Amino acid sequence: MEERRYRSASGAPLALRCRQHSASCRELAVRCPRLQLRSLSAVTSAVWLAAYGLFVLCQNSMVLSAAIFLTLIGLIIYLHFVKIDQESLLVIGSLGIQVTSSYASGKESTTFIEMSQVKDVVINEAIHMQKVIYYLCILLQDPQDPQGVSEVVPLFQSSKPRLDCLIEVYKSCHEILDQTKTASQSDGVK
Amino acid sequence: MRTSHCSHNLGAAQFRSHVAISRERAGCGGRGKGVFLSCSSLWHGRLPHSSEAAADTSRLPGRSAWLCWVHHSALSAVICAPQLSKALITHPKHIPVGAPSHRVWSAGGLRSSCELHRTAPSPVRTPRVGGGQRCGVSRPPRIAGMVLKVFFPSCCSSAESGILIGRWIPEQSSAVVLAVVHFPFIPVQVKQYLREVQQVAKVSVSVLGSWNNSKQEKEESLSEFLEDLGTIFSHEPWIQISKEGDSKFWNCSTLQKQSDSHREEEIILVYYDQRKVMLSHLHPPLDTADLGAEDASKLSAIFNTVASSKVLFMTDRYDDGPIKMTHWQSDGVEASIIVELMKQASVPACMLLTFLLSLVSGVCNSRLLKFWPLSFLWSKLSTCEQLGHRLQHLQVISSSKKAQNQTQLMRKANIFVSLLIDVALGILLMSWLYRKNQIGHLADTLIPVADHVAEELQDLLQWLMGAPAGLKMNRALDQVLGRFFLYHIHLWISYIHLMSPFIEMILWYVGLSACLGLTVALCILSDIIALLTFHIYCFYVYGARLYCLKIYGLSSLWRLFRGKKWNVLRQRVDSCSYDLDQLFIGTLLFTILLFLLPTTALYYLVFTLLRLLVVIVQGLIHLLVDLIDSLPLYSVILRFCRSYRLAAGVKFRVLEQQDGKPLRLLMQINPLSYGSVVQTYRLPTYSCYPKDSWTSLCKKLFLGELIYPWKHKGEKQD
Repeated sequence: MEERRYRSASGAPLALRCRQHSASCRELAVRCPRLQLRSLSAVTSAVWLAAYGLFVLCQNSMVLSAAIFLTLIGLIIYLHFVKIDQESLLVIGSLGIQVTSSYASGKESTTFIEMSQVKDVVINEAIHMQKVIYYLCILLQDPQDPQGVSEVVPLFQSSKPRLDCLIEVYKSCHEILDQTKTASQSDGVK
Repeated sequence: MRTSHCSHNLGAAQFRSHVAISRERAGCGGRGKGVFLSCSSLWHGRLPHSSEAAADTSRLPGRSAWLCWVHHSALSAVICAPQLSKALITHPKHIPVGAPSHRVWSAGGLRSSCELHRTAPSPVRTPRVGGGQRCGVSRPPRIAGMVLKVFFPSCCSSAESGILIGRWIPEQSSAVVLAVVHFPFIPVQVKQYLREVQQVAKVSVSVLGSWNNSKQEKEESLSEFLEDLGTIFSHEPWIQISKEGDSKFWNCSTLQKQSDSHREEEIILVYYDQRKVMLSHLHPPLDTADLGAEDASKLSAIFNTVASSKVLFMTDRYDDGPIKMTHWQSDGVEASIIVELMKQASVPACMLLTFLLSLVSGVCNSRLLKFWPLSFLWSKLSTCEQLGHRLQHLQVISSSKKAQNQTQLMRKANIFVSLLIDVALGILLMSWLYRKNQIGHLADTLIPVADHVAEELQDLLQWLMGAPAGLKMNRALDQVLGRFFLYHIHLWISYIHLMSPFIEMILWYVGLSACLGLTVALCILSDIIALLTFHIYCFYVYGARLYCLKIYGLSSLWRLFRGKKWNVLRQRVDSCSYDLDQLFIGTLLFTILLFLLPTTALYYLVFTLLRLLVVIVQGLIHLLVDLIDSLPLYSVILRFCRSYRLAAGVKFRVLEQQDGKPLRLLMQINPLSYGSVVQTYRLPTYSCYPKDSWTSLCKKLFLGELIYPWKHKGEKQD
């Protein structure tokens, strides 16, 4: 199990952890930077200052309690639905690929894609806002058309690692995927 | 203490064996379930009473099974673990009368008896040379082959040793273990049982391998014995799983009889919760009839296997069958009394409901109600639509046909829960309405509210008749239109005042219909609003028609002004030469209409806005009704309480690993998200929004065409 430091597309520090559970099972996890205390306190103080200003204007204490309530609810919603702590990829040869995102509140959202549906794992380029970034994606097989791609599943969408990190992940994945493909092909030939 | 006897009459052989199996229910705690097995073999047809009596009081130490061989054809051998050899040697009084001990009971005899067994007519793949060698082939260099996946139920982790039964899916190289069959068992009976299960469940269940749960150290003889079982139940590959003591890391190996493949496979051990996998349904649902392995995904094949093997899980350990198994229900089949009672009660209830519904629909469809004024009225009232819709729902629920598949079952359940909640909320509303004379209050406030609305309208018309917003109107037309509408309002007010003594009684009886459901009550509210604002609707229609007429006239005269004409045949604008007097009159009329346009347009605008306001209020009420109608509450509650029943897929968790042992994964069910649940199981409703897109709506408004903001399915467009 090793951990290496990389940067995201916007410059934030990331950590990539690679674990090999067995010959055909590997787990790659990208950890995003945690919620900073100073940004949290900045937002909270801004909201409360605005609420206090409103209170001074209209002398209604409901504004203050509403501001406190809003801040709490907003923080809970942010931690539970928006802030992603870690994105991981679990590649199990001959079973499939599992993509997990864990949020700051502990919630985990998982998708499992079976190996028969996976056509390939590639690095693609995309225009995001004002820059061009690289991203890793899984190409899904079209059941009707063996050459076609039915869906593209992008990975590591919230951490957006840079190309060097993506190349590491790509190489790791392909070691196992190629093993599986040759095995299934040799079986098919038999 | 219960005793069951099975005696086998061997036609050709000269011996009759009498095997008495007695067992005691679990009351002896801990692991040893106290299976008493006494075996007395009869030579030349004598009944051994004495040995039976001796066997009843016996209790074997340690492990609860032993091996006994009857020396005849292999078909009716009772197979148990080889502990008997040791046990009988230490307790010599248990040796049955007349049994030649040297042939059967010695420890070394185990090996020889295996050979004896093998000379029997069952097909033998490879001749065994002796203990400790595997297939007679030396280990080849490792070539990566297809990984073997074994799906093992977590409930069988602590089961006693036995053989594994389940389904082998060769295309995916995966074995789904469904249960563990314990010793003692008779291979013929096991095979017969599996054949029966296969017939009922339509799933190819077979013996997959052996399971060895040894509490003490590893025993070489036991593992050898378990390998030998592979020859009786020929299965390719023969999977052997062994667990030592309480260790988490199991040993898993396969025996390949076809030695031409020469490869060592990697094995992945996937634990799954049998009960949850059996009860869950994968979304999107695949056709269960199509079980071709190329089309079906791996997961749906596994889910289908476990779900179709319900009959296998029906036998628990309190049953008296010849086969003892461990699976998720082996500790006792679960059943709920309430569910059973409800199932029994539902049949007569459904029949009664069907009868009542046929009566009601007969009355509704009768000729009496189809006369023109009444049928027009029914089509305009939204209450009748809603009642018809609910009637349809009741018919779906009370139909005696059982639901074919999961979707239909969920649909029925959703309709049932929706109706229940609807009626409950309606009764709640009723209890609030009829308490403290609320109806009287409502009726008292209704007339003043109607008066107030009429007064406001009159004020509005007076304002329009003057100089509204500083605009100068055409005096004559203004006065005509204003007086016309004022007279209309006057008529309306008189009508309301005429009805006022009866309002309370009407409201009281109409409020009773809230017990049919909150949706019906809301529809009635919407209809009452429509009736009360009928004059606004009339004004809108008058204003719109007048305005529409004016616009068409203007456009036609504008064409005349330019020297063109509308060709109805060709549906296009053509040039046309008019006479002078035609042009003169046309231009005159055009001017008149043009200068009267602002007045008409203003009246049209005001009344259209009022009408739109009423339409928005009615639309909101209908939206609420649709929400209650179409929300799949049962599915949402199921997703909340038993999230494993609605599965979007699975997720794997990697458990602790140890080098040299197979990869251990835990398969859990990934539940469907709430949004997908609502989308998949939404109940269809009778109205569809929106009827018009925004651009066509604006166009209609500009041209003065009448707008009907909602349309019901099946209704002809006006």
